[in-house]
Amino acid sequence: MADNKGILVVGEVAEGKLLPITAEILGAGRRLADELKEQLSCFLIGAQMGDAGKAAVAAGADKVYVADDAQLKDYENSTYMQVMEKAVAEVAPRIIIMGQTANGRDLAPRLAFKLGVSAVMDCLELAIDQATRLMQCTRAVYGGNAKAIFTSEAVPQIATVRTKASSPLAPDAGRKGDVVPFAVALDASKIKAKVLQMVKEEVAGIKIEDAAAVVAGGRGLGGPEPFSKELADLARILKGAVGASRPPCDNKWVPDSIQVGLTGKIIAPELYIAVGISGSSQHMSGCAGSKCIVAINKDPEANIFKEARFGVVGDWKVVLPAFMAKVKELLQ
Amino acid sequence: MNMIVCCKQVLDPEAAPSTFKLDAANNRMVQPPEVKPVINPYDEQAVEAALRIKDTDKAGNKVTIISLGNNLLRDVVKKPLSMGADELILLEDPAFEGGDSYAVASALAAAIKKVGPFDLIFCGRQESEWDDGQVGSGLAELLGIPSVTVAKKVEVQSGGTVKVERVVADGFQVLEVQYPALITVSNELGEARYATLKGIMAASKKQPIVWKPADIGVDKAGAAARKTRVVKLFQPVKEGKCDIISADSPAEAGALLAQKLRENKVI
Ligand SMILES: Cc1cc2nc3c(=O)[nH]c(=O)nc-3n(C[C@H](O)[C@H](O)[C@H](O)COP(=O)(O)OP(=O)(O)OC[C@H]3O[C@@H](n4cnc5c(N)ncnc54)[C@H](O)[C@@H]3O)c2cc1C
Repeated sequence: MADNKGILVVGEVAEGKLLPITAEILGAGRRLADELKEQLSCFLIGAQMGDAGKAAVAAGADKVYVADDAQLKDYENSTYMQVMEKAVAEVAPRIIIMGQTANGRDLAPRLAFKLGVSAVMDCLELAIDQATRLMQCTRAVYGGNAKAIFTSEAVPQIATVRTKASSPLAPDAGRKGDVVPFAVALDASKIKAKVLQMVKEEVAGIKIEDAAAVVAGGRGLGGPEPFSKELADLARILKGAVGASRPPCDNKWVPDSIQVGLTGKIIAPELYIAVGISGSSQHMSGCAGSKCIVAINKDPEANIFKEARFGVVGDWKVVLPAFMAKVKELLQ
Repeated sequence: MNMIVCCKQVLDPEAAPSTFKLDAANNRMVQPPEVKPVINPYDEQAVEAALRIKDTDKAGNKVTIISLGNNLLRDVVKKPLSMGADELILLEDPAFEGGDSYAVASALAAAIKKVGPFDLIFCGRQESEWDDGQVGSGLAELLGIPSVTVAKKVEVQSGGTVKVERVVADGFQVLEVQYPALITVSNELGEARYATLKGIMAASKKQPIVWKPADIGVDKAGAAARKTRVVKLFQPVKEGKCDIISADSPAEAGALLAQKLRENKVI
């Protein structure tokens, strides 16, 4: 595959719109493509994707292939793999980039192993090594305690990129690029799984990944009540959302969908208030990009104080009401 | 159901971040003496998923554990046996060291072919050292079987299918998948069971089967079978300049914190 050229981004579309992560990886892909002076293609796979193809051009793609088929409405890997195999054969890219999403983290390894290579998952940074023209991928390892730079000689090089790790280009509706349909005759005998249902577990109010302020609680809150009372009140005052570390989710105090961390949501709000959270490396992986981290914890040795900008050592039951009263007063 | 669970021995991921050290010159982590190795927590939950199925129909059900590594601690890798698994196979040899997900999945695939027919393979959604999350899907691809990742519930149905709830960003997908299949398990499945005293006794009497690369017919393993290369492993420096707000009482500190945030235009 020595002749492989260009970069292929696998995008995701929901309700006719590109996901933010797709704009982010198109931005990352554009920078690599410019450095290599090669083309950036984008594959969009799904059903009824509206004008998402144009949006992908505005976000940096030179050519967008749209595989729009009712059978591709829900992600399922044995179906999507058929599209990807044909896509790789058609484009023969040097590099393939996906988002580290539920779908990307499922699809990238299957595609990589199919092609006899290994992917580099959940990358924070992608760069081109000038001498070899190979991609080097930086990612967090050991739960976020360390970072590593990976590369591989095998082509194509495949990487998934973490949410909010790279910045999208400013959308430019004047950018030139082709949007073409990509037809795939799906082989039913290769489809091994069927999506029966998609169950949404959305929480009311602002989504945690969109919120400018997130008030998160940990095991130290001791039960579900503080989440629905104090934390919800504070989030309302700050026009933000409530988040959690993993133990409150595991204990069913809060829905799984508000877990922040390596294996939960990766967020980067302006303000992140961590209450009764020790600051494990896995938790911090999900919020380290926040502009300002504030910690309330009764243990002065808690790791969260190594990560926070402001902190109060004390029992949240005492600290939080006084803090909230003052915040209310100041914001009136 | 004939089930296989892949379990990795890892450094306890719940250890305090301050214990973490690197030997940067050799791109390696230094094993801190005070931190005990454990079974990767997600892999314990994968064992739990298999045992829940075993519980439903004890007669024809079997759970085989496969662990790959070198110098594996017997009391650590035997834990799944003490939870209720039936058999333990160790792929243990210095040659297995230093592999990436491709090397590991290739060795596991070879071992599973040697084990013989199976219905379900379970893996944790990712292991907690390299946090790669590729071995499960990759193994399924190498074996040519379907996979469902990040499952929180697995139910065997009649007609050769399993129903799996797969966690996604805003909820979960319900899928029906034909087996033989591979499923990776997430913490949403619920806590793994504890080892019982009876289980620990039974496990102590069981001897693991140990296979070396030649036993499973792989000529390249570990570092020699890698597809990716680590250029550099490093610990980012943390500035760590937390402004700890102190006052006469924690309540006053709370109020002062609000004021500080206001002064700094954070709120
Ligand atoms: C592979 C892997 C992935 C993981 N992914 C994630 C993830 O995505 N997100 C995540 O959060 N975790 C994740 N974890 C788990 C992680 O390792 C920690 O176990 C978890 O983050 C700890 O949550 P916590 O800080 O709430 O609990 P703890 O570590 O138990 O901390 C509780 C804190 O509350 C404080 N406290 C107690 N009472 C009070 C009080 N009255 N007032 C004030 N403070 C109080 C204590 O001092 C303590 O610091 C993962 C683990 C692994 C192995």
